[in-house]
Amino acid sequence: MTTTENLNKSNAAEIISAGTSEGGQELQLRADMSHKAVLRESGAVLRMSESQVASLADTQSEDQTMIINMGPQHPSTHGVLRLMLELKGETVLRCKPVIGYLHTGMEKTGESLTFMQGGTNVTRMDYASPLNNELVFSMATEKLLGIDQDIPERAVWIRMMLSELNRISSHLLFMATNGMDIGAVSMMLYGFREREEVLRFFQKVTGLRMNHNFIRPGGVAADLPAGWRDEVLGLLDALPQRLAEYEILMTGQPIWRERLQGVGVITRDEAIALSATGPILRSTGLAWDLRRDMPYLRYSEVEFDVIVGSYGDAFDRYSIRLNEIRESMRIVRQILDRMPQGDYRIQDKKVTPPPRGRIDESMEALIHHFKIFTEGFKVPEGEAYVAIESPRGEIGCYIASDGSATPYRMHVRAPSFVNIQTMPLMMHGGLIADAVAVISSVDPVLGEVDR
Amino acid sequence: MSQTNSHTADDVRFVSKTDYLKTLTTLRSEGFEMCADLTAVDYLTHPGRTISPEVATQISLERFELVVNLLSLSQRRRVRLRVQLLESDPSIDSAFDLYPGTEAMEREVYDMFGIAFTGHPDLTRILMPEDWVGFPLRKDYSQGSIPVQFKGAAS
Repeated sequence: MTTTENLNKSNAAEIISAGTSEGGQELQLRADMSHKAVLRESGAVLRMSESQVASLADTQSEDQTMIINMGPQHPSTHGVLRLMLELKGETVLRCKPVIGYLHTGMEKTGESLTFMQGGTNVTRMDYASPLNNELVFSMATEKLLGIDQDIPERAVWIRMMLSELNRISSHLLFMATNGMDIGAVSMMLYGFREREEVLRFFQKVTGLRMNHNFIRPGGVAADLPAGWRDEVLGLLDALPQRLAEYEILMTGQPIWRERLQGVGVITRDEAIALSATGPILRSTGLAWDLRRDMPYLRYSEVEFDVIVGSYGDAFDRYSIRLNEIRESMRIVRQILDRMPQGDYRIQDKKVTPPPRGRIDESMEALIHHFKIFTEGFKVPEGEAYVAIESPRGEIGCYIASDGSATPYRMHVRAPSFVNIQTMPLMMHGGLIADAVAVISSVDPVLGEVDR
Repeated sequence: MSQTNSHTADDVRFVSKTDYLKTLTTLRSEGFEMCADLTAVDYLTHPGRTISPEVATQISLERFELVVNLLSLSQRRRVRLRVQLLESDPSIDSAFDLYPGTEAMEREVYDMFGIAFTGHPDLTRILMPEDWVGFPLRKDYSQGSIPVQFKGAAS
């Protein structure tokens, strides 16, 4: 018997048990489902009156329907989102997102990384807005350490500036992908071009374009480099003109409006019931922005408007993001005026390693440095939930600590994960071509959905 | 039973499994319109956890704890519910009828901890494959690793 045969035999059982069938997670045939379950997948997630159920029941008795898969390898599903669509002709009757293709157990990994290392893990979740992930993780850790009020002013303002610039870069990426999904292919080039300008600034500051691990418990990793102010000013001066170009290219175009207006409509009650946050919730006319309504950092000290829509459709969500770029620029300008001098990280020896220069002179500093980077610092027992406004909505971090240097449990409330629940509702009754517009307008980042 | 966590200043309430839905209904009528987050913690290796002494005398701590974060948009307020679930019977009523947004979150908790939600419309695994064995975020589920092979070393 050859070795391969041996392997095959011993692995056979394993392969069967570790196969990757999605089975019950997939969209089921109508014949196999209860009436109520069909209604739910049609998007009727809210409690309905008897008469509403009866009126929907007419649409249930179809036999000329077809179930197709969209994704996980479809170019307009933003990564590996798989949608199972039930179609009647070109009309979407039901939709079910099947997720998990990018699941790498990041919450489990988080349990074996120290609070110092945790940033490298969470920053990879929502890879389009890494700094917001790091910020919420750091804030949760600081809350447990009880040092959330002691972060130096300069660190707080640096965090705020990076967070807003990240919002700009994330929304620019949305402009690019949204344009591409709808068919404005040149927009993809413009969006990526402008985003690259912001990433180039991030690279100057943090050393990396993405996955920075720059915002850390206690402050930020390093001070801003020389000449940062001119860089930011250069960005702020260049962007308005580019945004005006977007308006000409997209907002005012009849084709663009036809494709987005009235597509993927969601009402305020539905959005709240489905726990949707961010631009989806704001597009329904509800001005809910954690930066204003539950201020963190120093957002209560800067002036900005919360952009809301009125129809809850894909066009509103597009316009909200476009104008949020402008509001973020407004905030960054105020930050430039007010950026204080001082420490960029807390001078608490428990959390912050000693400065590089001291390591050469002092044995204690060297030991201290070594201990912090090998063992990490201990965080008192407790549990805390912190939520901030990421470009996609409320990103929250729940940490339970058992008093050791690693979190006992680290959970991230990912806005995309919750927001994709609105897709079946928004797609119901629309055309399959509009399904692409709906996915795009939800702006999910699959790294964060699957974690 | 409520406890304001002086350490973190969060509004935390301990709810028994039987009162869970009743409490959610009350809180919803009090203006907590949104269920922001629903997750669980497996306290297998850290049974003590942080609880104020007066609360500790009134409830028995169990292995699993369901953690629900509710949000009131009108009052700009959050409340966190902690529900103890027995190791021998990790199940609880589903909050789907009150907060439809918990659908995916409850599926995730089921997938990762094996906590069953009775009344959930579609309780299947969400992130792991359908036929996966075990519940990855439980503390007795090992993280797993690929053995490292060194060149020339005896295996």
